[in-house]
Amino acid sequence: MNPKSVAVVGAAETTQMGRIPDVSVIGLHADAALNAMADAGLSAKDIDGVACAGISPVELAHYMGITPTYADGTMVGGCSFMLHVRHAAAAISNGLCNTVLITHGESGRSRVGAAPFGRSPASLMGQFEMPFGVTSPPTMFTVPVLRYLKERGYTEEDLAWVAVIQREWAALNPRASMKDPITVDDVLNSPMIAWPFRLLMCCLVTDGGGALILTSADRAKDMPQRPVYILGTGESVETPMVSQMEDFTTSKAFRVSGKKAFTEAGISHSDVDHLMIYDAFAHLPLYGLEDLGFCERGEAAEFIRNRNTAIGGKLPLNTNGGGLSYMHSGMYGMYALQESVRQLRGTAEAQVDGAKISIAHGVGGMFAASGTIIMTNEK
Amino acid sequence: MPSRILPQPTPETQHFWDGCREGVLKLQRCGCCAHVYFPPRPFCPDCSSRDVEVFDASGKALLWSYVINHRPRPDMGSEPHSIAVVKLAEGPQMMTNIVECPQEPEFLVLDMPVEVVFAEQEGGISLPFFKPAEG
Repeated sequence: MNPKSVAVVGAAETTQMGRIPDVSVIGLHADAALNAMADAGLSAKDIDGVACAGISPVELAHYMGITPTYADGTMVGGCSFMLHVRHAAAAISNGLCNTVLITHGESGRSRVGAAPFGRSPASLMGQFEMPFGVTSPPTMFTVPVLRYLKERGYTEEDLAWVAVIQREWAALNPRASMKDPITVDDVLNSPMIAWPFRLLMCCLVTDGGGALILTSADRAKDMPQRPVYILGTGESVETPMVSQMEDFTTSKAFRVSGKKAFTEAGISHSDVDHLMIYDAFAHLPLYGLEDLGFCERGEAAEFIRNRNTAIGGKLPLNTNGGGLSYMHSGMYGMYALQESVRQLRGTAEAQVDGAKISIAHGVGGMFAASGTIIMTNEK
Repeated sequence: MPSRILPQPTPETQHFWDGCREGVLKLQRCGCCAHVYFPPRPFCPDCSSRDVEVFDASGKALLWSYVINHRPRPDMGSEPHSIAVVKLAEGPQMMTNIVECPQEPEFLVLDMPVEVVFAEQEGGISLPFFKPAEG
């Protein structure tokens, strides 16, 4: 893909957010898709590419009445949508299709029409992780963290600061699930989930969805919204088992994906005005800042504590409140992308003045996968 | 308490679970590049050679990282318990539970030496746990 040859021309979340007991999973996909189509001034007949995770692109295309020449069912967890954007940009650039709809919908809390959890006991994870009592992400994604804290000299308090500062951003966002201020003490005194992780270091579990529509930059000129151009993209995967991460103090998938996106975009870190790092748990922004190269290893905690990522800081991070305070339906990557688009359109609730370049960096599974999308509003 | 969630061996992993039942931790080594790896597979993930052998590991390891799960899965009982990763003396990392040790941070110190113990379960499965090394 040539930088800026493809643009986001439609972007929207579900009409409701948080607890949505009256809409099923596919209904959330559709609600978000219809909102994004309205945003872009398009209908299903104008769309010839589909991508989604959680349900199959066949289900999406049929439900929405789309006849695609391009379908992407990449499913690598919560960053799947970053990969969908990347693949869609390549597909549009190469003429596989003209206009791609990417959707996410998840009934994470209400579980209306949701598939049951579970993995085969014959899978590698079923054989070599499940027997030891792992349940959901709070007991898997967190496993590397004591090693990370020890190697970096970070503390539980450093994890707490991540949650505290993101809550400050969430307070500016009327759609955020959690808006009341919290202190480091509040975080460190919240119920223990899985040592060293306490409740307020863990993401929310909510219902919701989001959708994006991408087309060529040429077509974007004549569309109603200010185009947000794709500047650089990256993706990678490492391991389906968190216990098999090559190094517990750094994500190989983050490093590979981030480097690829920066190289393609041809920008340096100081060019970045706004950053989203998928925060399923409080340690992820620390890993992300280091692995994307915004901080030296061992300096990310102080960077956050010194309010560089807070309101008024030089690198506004997770400005919607993040998975910790905004919402987290299960595969949060879509919401990180939505916030980057809003910031570059100038329509965010906590708008970063004059933001020109934004990065949405996602994680999938438990450090299993990663996708990085760099966007700009300058042609 | 529901019965514990147990592994279902496949042809590629059967030797590992047979080893556990017999009280031996089995790893694999590449005949081409000598890379030692886990979990089991019939080829080397480092150099792609199919020339690999199974060997008996020492069972010695270091406590590499862990959480103490305060909301145990129903089949894991009601008390907080460790979910740990150990770094085997031969190199690979392995998920396990640390046993024969209070399940509290003061007693679960990173880098402490641990050694494998096998716990018999239903259906011919034994799980490899690790306990603080003696001496």
